[in-house]
Formats: sequence, structure tokens, C-alpha cells
Amino acid sequence: MASRLVWASRAASYLRISIPFRGFASVVKDLKYATSHEWVKVEGDKATVGITDHAQDHLGDVVYVELPEVGTSVKQDGSFGAVESVKATSDINSPVSGKIIEVNEELSSSPGLVNSSPYENGWIIKVEVSDSGELKNLMDSEQYSKFCEEEDSKH
Amino acid sequence: MRGGLWQLGQSITSRLAQTDKKTVGRRFFSAESELKKTVLYDFHVTHGGKMVPFAGWSMPIQYKDSIMDSTVNCRQNGGLFDVSHMCGLSLKGKDSIPFLEKLVVADVAGLAPGTGTLTVFTNEKGGAIDDSVITKVTDDHIYLVVNAGCRDKDLAHIEEHMKAFKAKGGDVSWHIHDERSLLALQGPLAAPVLQYLTKDDLSKLYFGEFRILDINGARCFLTRTGYTGEDGFEISVPSENALDLAKAILEKSEGKVRLTGLGARDSLRLEAGLCLYGNDMEQHITPVEAGLTWAIGKRRRAEGGFLGAEVILKQLEDGPAIRRVGFFSSGPPARSHSEIQNEGGKNIGEVTSGGFSPCLKKNIAMGYVKSGSHKAGTKVKIIVRGKAYDGVVTKMPFVPTKYYKPT
Repeated sequence: MASRLVWASRAASYLRISIPFRGFASVVKDLKYATSHEWVKVEGDKATVGITDHAQDHLGDVVYVELPEVGTSVKQDGSFGAVESVKATSDINSPVSGKIIEVNEELSSSPGLVNSSPYENGWIIKVEVSDSGELKNLMDSEQYSKFCEEEDSKH
Repeated sequence: MRGGLWQLGQSITSRLAQTDKKTVGRRFFSAESELKKTVLYDFHVTHGGKMVPFAGWSMPIQYKDSIMDSTVNCRQNGGLFDVSHMCGLSLKGKDSIPFLEKLVVADVAGLAPGTGTLTVFTNEKGGAIDDSVITKVTDDHIYLVVNAGCRDKDLAHIEEHMKAFKAKGGDVSWHIHDERSLLALQGPLAAPVLQYLTKDDLSKLYFGEFRILDINGARCFLTRTGYTGEDGFEISVPSENALDLAKAILEKSEGKVRLTGLGARDSLRLEAGLCLYGNDMEQHITPVEAGLTWAIGKRRRAEGGFLGAEVILKQLEDGPAIRRVGFFSSGPPARSHSEIQNEGGKNIGEVTSGGFSPCLKKNIAMGYVKSGSHKAGTKVKIIVRGKAYDGVVTKMPFVPTKYYKPT
């Protein structure tokens, strides 16, 4: 298993080299972003989480979203679900720690919302944030845009 | 096994890499500069191809269309694939047929000149070294195409046996067609579009048949075959004429035939129930287990005389212990290595390829189960990320094939 993991991450890094930066995926100003390409919108102690336009663009057609149960605890950078495109499976990590208070049930019947509306109707979970201090570990929209460009042009 | 959102390449490339595991490290991850390029490389890039390392080559995994759209377009209109990474090979000499029959399960002698078949190269244990489409051009010329990821090991295997065969006085030699490129033109528009580019009557060339002819002014090897389940052709063209031919095909189709990448090619072959070597067939899997018993010629079953024949003939008599079958499943798409359980929760096998079918809009998969659990309609559980989802054994192909056969 370990060797497969190494192989997988190396495959990914090589894929990254080979895919030219395709264009300017949109970012939203007031959101915070994780290096694993999720966004979070914080309102009081509640946070809404989804995947970025950049991520959905690279994933392609999303055909299934594996949603967690309401009431489950999540940790910052911890995986809470998965998105499946035609060919790929990817973990979704939580940008914040806390307890899941709502999941977007609409994605069960319409997973494509993640592609068509990544920042609005394609949201994935809502979390009651337990440690707002963690938000400083995240990027703002400007930093995230730059991060995507750098990641695409790396190597 | 999974990466974050960014590590998309993992599952795409692992599923598509036809290399056997040992060579992956060495060949698959050679530096980008070491990757081989087909003569259409710049053409792919110009048309928006996302180039990825594949079996030592830099190949387009998709173009501007999504894999979903690209797959559907191939079945509705047509797809043009650059498959020049695959290895074309000619065996020549008056003993070519008996030589090849030692290595494959097909009745090569029984093929009419100008016809071909899918076959399997076997090892001493009856396992598959590779699958290959072979054509008997004439009694002293066999043309075959082997997988890119298996090229080195296949050629070494053939060469070793050829030396021994020649030492005993056999007349056979080979030519590797590195001077040629290979294009696959698939889908309902394949024949009408190609007909614009040749004077030969393609309505007389049926599925599995082969002809050497002029296409778009170049001397081509044309086989009515493919890897999508659709009607179509594989065209071996001199490399200096490949770009012109690709352009001419796209132009004659008025944009309906689109460049199609490895991603859609994998969806298409899965929908057609066709094996991907390295996933669905490996060194330890026999053609009988893989559901390719039909490819073992009748005479070969009676006479044997190919590597691993004892094992394979015994399996034909007793029935194999495991069998390749198809599945529909609920929940997330099953991927290779997903566990298959019976309704009682007992392990009965493993998925070898799986994904979301762009044409059927549901999850399809293929894998191996213990004999007894292989009948269509058998209910199973498929385990994805620790959860059991309902599945059912299903006949393949998932999407009906449309091969062009005489009526």
C-alpha cells in the first residue's frame, strides 16, 4: 500500500507538470482557501465549505459526492468525504475544525452542481466552527489565485 | 490510495497505465524530457490536448471537451485517436505461422489471408503476457499490434523464442514498424469519412479484416477494428503522412469527428466490456478466466502447442476457479481494487476496472469473482471506502457493440 501511495503522489506531480495552466478560474473575495483547494465562508461561528472553481475545472464532470453524516466532527485538513469524476476519486478536506451541522443533500441527486456552481449551489457541508483561530492558516482570494498559478507553473 | 483534489492524476493515470507494475517506476516516471512524443504531439497541443505521461510517452488524456462529452461524441459521431504509442510489428518468413502459434492461443493457420483476430500471448503457466490484435496478411506475413506498456517485455519474449526457433532452422524474422504511426478512427462516421479519402470500397471490408491501400495519398495498413465497441478502423500510416491524414479526417467530417484522448478511450472500452491489460488481465490471469475462451481456436483446443496449454486446456475442461464479469452498482463508482462480497458479506473477488459510464449515466465495472457467483443477475456488495454498496453481475458489453459484419 505504501508503495502505491508514493506512486500515486508522484503520478499526480507529473500530471501537474504536464497540464498547462488552462485559464483563470474564478475566486470569490470574501472566502478563505485551503491548499487542498477547498473554500470556506465563515459567518459567525458557522462555516460553509465547498471545492473551488479551480478544483472542479481540473476534476471534470463530477458524478458522485460522498457526503458525511450530520453530527460528525471534522478537523482542519482532515478528510470528510470524496468527490468522484468520470475517472478520478478525490478526498475533500475540511478547512476548519468543528461539528457538521448540515450537508448539501441536493448533491446526492445533482452532483453536477459542484461543477456548475462551485461557490453557491454546489456547497458541500456546513460546520459549527470550534476554533476560529485556525482561519489564519488559510489563504485569502489573492493568495489563493497566486497559489494556483504557481502550482500550475511549477517544475 | 486517494490524494486530495489536486492529485487527480493518481486515479486517471493508474487506471490507464497499461504497464505492468515492475516497469512503472522506471518508465512511467522518467523525466518529462525523456518521454517519447508521437509525430502528432504539436498537433495535440495546438488542439488543447492535456498531455500526460503514459507508458513512457507523452499522450493526450483529453482535449477541450470533457471526458463525458468526448465519450458520447465518439458513439454519436466519431472519435479520432492517436495510438502511435502502440507497437506495430510484422513477422515475415514461411514459418511465421507455426512460430506465432507457439506464443498465442489463436488459430493463426486457420485465418483467411487479410483477416485477423484478438489474441493473447501466454506464458508457461497459461497467464497472459499481453493481448494483441493479429492479422494474417499473407501466409508468410503476420501483422500485429501490442500494447505500449508491454512493448519491451513482449519484444524480449518474442525475440527469445525467435532465436530458439531459428536455431532449429525455422524461417521467421521481424520488422518493428517504428517508421509508422497509428491512428484509430471510431464511431458511426468513421466509414463515411474515411471513404472520402480512399478509392477502395470500404463497404467490402468487414470487422476484423485487413487491407493495404492508399489513403489520402499514403500507403496504409487498414484494419477494421478498434477499442470502443463501435464500427471503425485502425490506420497504420507512414509517420511523414500522419499529420496530413489526421487533418484530412477532421476536415472531411466537418468537425463532427473530434480528437479523442486516452480518458474517453478508457470509458469507451469499459462500456464495450473490453479488457485493459494491466488492469483486467495480468501475468497470472488465463484467457479462460478473462472470458476470452472464444479466442482460443478450436484446433488449438484439440492440439495445444502454445505456452501454458496444459493449464489452459485443463481449465477449459474443469472450468476456471475465477471469472471476469461485469457489474452495475449503486453509490460511488467502483474503482479497481474495490472488494466484491456476496450477499452474506464474504469476499468473492475484486473489481479491476470501473467508473461512471458517460453513455449509460450509471456506474459500471468489471472484475473477477469466484465461479458460481458469476451468473448475470447475481447480487453482490461492492466495498468503496469501507461501505458496502449494492451491485449486480451484468452481461457485457454494457453498451451494445456495432461492429460492421456481413448481413
